[in-house]
Amino acid sequence: MDAVVIESLEPLIAELRSRGFAVVGPVVRDGAIRFEEIASAGRLARGVTDDQEPGRYRLRETGDEMIFSFAASPDSAKRYTQPPRQALFRMRGERIEEAEEEAPRIALLGVRACDLAAIGVQDRVFLGGRHPDPAYRLRREALLLVAVNCAVPGGTCFCVSMGTGPRVTAGHDIALTELAAPHRFVVEIGSERGEEIVRALPRAPASARDQADAEEVSRTAAGRMGRQVETEGIQERLSAHDSPRWQQVGARCLTCANCTMVCPTCFCTTVEDSTSLADGTAERVERWDSCFTLGFSEVNGTPVRGSNPGRYRQWLTHKFSTWIDQFGMSGCVGCGRCITWCPVGIDVTEELANLP
Amino acid sequence: MDEQAPRLAVWKFASCDGCQLTLLDCEDELLSVAARLEIAYFLEASSAPGPGPYDLSLVEGSITTPEDLERIRHVRRVSRRLVTIGACATAGGVQALRDFAGVKEFASVVYARPDYIATLDRSTPISAHVPVDFELRGCPIDRRQLLEVISAFLAGRRPVVPAHSVCVECKARGNVCVMVAHGTPCLGPVTQAGCGALCPSFNRGCYGCFGPMESPNAAGLNHWLRGLGMSTPELVRIYRTYHATTEPFQRAAEEAEEHG
Repeated sequence: MDAVVIESLEPLIAELRSRGFAVVGPVVRDGAIRFEEIASAGRLARGVTDDQEPGRYRLRETGDEMIFSFAASPDSAKRYTQPPRQALFRMRGERIEEAEEEAPRIALLGVRACDLAAIGVQDRVFLGGRHPDPAYRLRREALLLVAVNCAVPGGTCFCVSMGTGPRVTAGHDIALTELAAPHRFVVEIGSERGEEIVRALPRAPASARDQADAEEVSRTAAGRMGRQVETEGIQERLSAHDSPRWQQVGARCLTCANCTMVCPTCFCTTVEDSTSLADGTAERVERWDSCFTLGFSEVNGTPVRGSNPGRYRQWLTHKFSTWIDQFGMSGCVGCGRCITWCPVGIDVTEELANLP
Repeated sequence: MDEQAPRLAVWKFASCDGCQLTLLDCEDELLSVAARLEIAYFLEASSAPGPGPYDLSLVEGSITTPEDLERIRHVRRVSRRLVTIGACATAGGVQALRDFAGVKEFASVVYARPDYIATLDRSTPISAHVPVDFELRGCPIDRRQLLEVISAFLAGRRPVVPAHSVCVECKARGNVCVMVAHGTPCLGPVTQAGCGALCPSFNRGCYGCFGPMESPNAAGLNHWLRGLGMSTPELVRIYRTYHATTEPFQRAAEEAEEHG
């Protein structure tokens, strides 16, 4: 199906909802763009953009009618593909009850090319190995992805360097490009499921001008990356385990784990067991963990990576180098969240550039 | 309740009673606790104290008087397991601010007859005087964590009380970082989790009431907090509140003074 143009998102949202999807899209809340369930397009963010720099995020009103004029939100798709906390099983005496796997149908509206790349990384991690995760598969299959081509990259974005954006090329069901004057959306199809939905919408064929305008959005965005990373020879550079740079960044790093929490590909978890006072049942839950906690590398009561520089080096080296050895792809998609949401503004692109 | 139920005691030293109250606040779970444990000594709940020994003693408050010094030894003697609850019992509490000045001068300002006051020069945690089996942080403690400690005691296992930063809980809860998005100073990155990121959930910065996390880098945080507009006296004050004499926060306040 060729690209089409729609004038409003309202019919799309209504169509998704009628098919049983909870539509989760960008709204303004707590001074940030957050992803939450919406019932109509009126709830979507409008006329706001974000200023992002290391350790700083602010919304700014633009006064225009554009909906998607912002870069990465603090929320990534990870919250839906891999929830922060999930029950694994419950034990009553000798009897084990596996947790019922729930996978509500969710349509994520407004994910970007970097987010799709991150989901691709997670797919490789959770489904690509010898032990695919059935709960992840359920959640993943229940997820419908309505992507948006980035128009206004943030000050900490570097998807061009990582080869993941800004234009959506794969992993989406539907891709939108928002255009101004007149306000409209060019719609491209990424899957059969997406096509079925678009066929149900009031639409017009995309003109040559619509398509040219949409391409121009991505071309302009590609030229406005706030950051860049030289990926050539990155594994060799990260093998400099004794560089004094690790001590310097280790002195700044708070080991608070924010970078790993906001990273859309960081997937590490731990398990916690609890026992109920009421009826003696025991429960095991899985929750987000981080290589920045001491418990993460605890062996026989002692952390293997006890020092701050050691833990920062582990994270950066895994993300940009050993991830490639492990999964055949980089662990970084260039969304810049770890830079913006580091409470002391540590910039991975700067750290990488300063390695020998 | 069976005859052999473990016996619980709750003790108070220098404190505000808020942590003991957390046990009574376990409304939905209180009957389960009472069914599994004999609440033998808990003056805040019952004026009929049962005799020791006790299987589990929860101790609130810091040691501030000569009489306390004697009583905490008694508590230890009659307790199989001793768990401190809250910032006072674990770190000396806000009353440890006396350590930074002369307690005699304070007494002369506060009391009409300071000569009636028998007090020690310093406010010290329980662990400075007797062996402690587990220390539960917070001002006040968190209800879920208290239930976890009691459950773990009953099951004979290690309590799940992670020592990582508040940020881990804050992000899992789905909060926006108040420091990054609002410019609000926050001690979350250097403070131990356990509260469920309570203050940031209400768009306020963390005040550090759970004390230092496992690997705090307060010097790194201070540099950034100054950039957000905190002055030296403000930095010193925020570290010298609940855990003023806990080593990493004590050092953080000193570091702030040195670079002020």
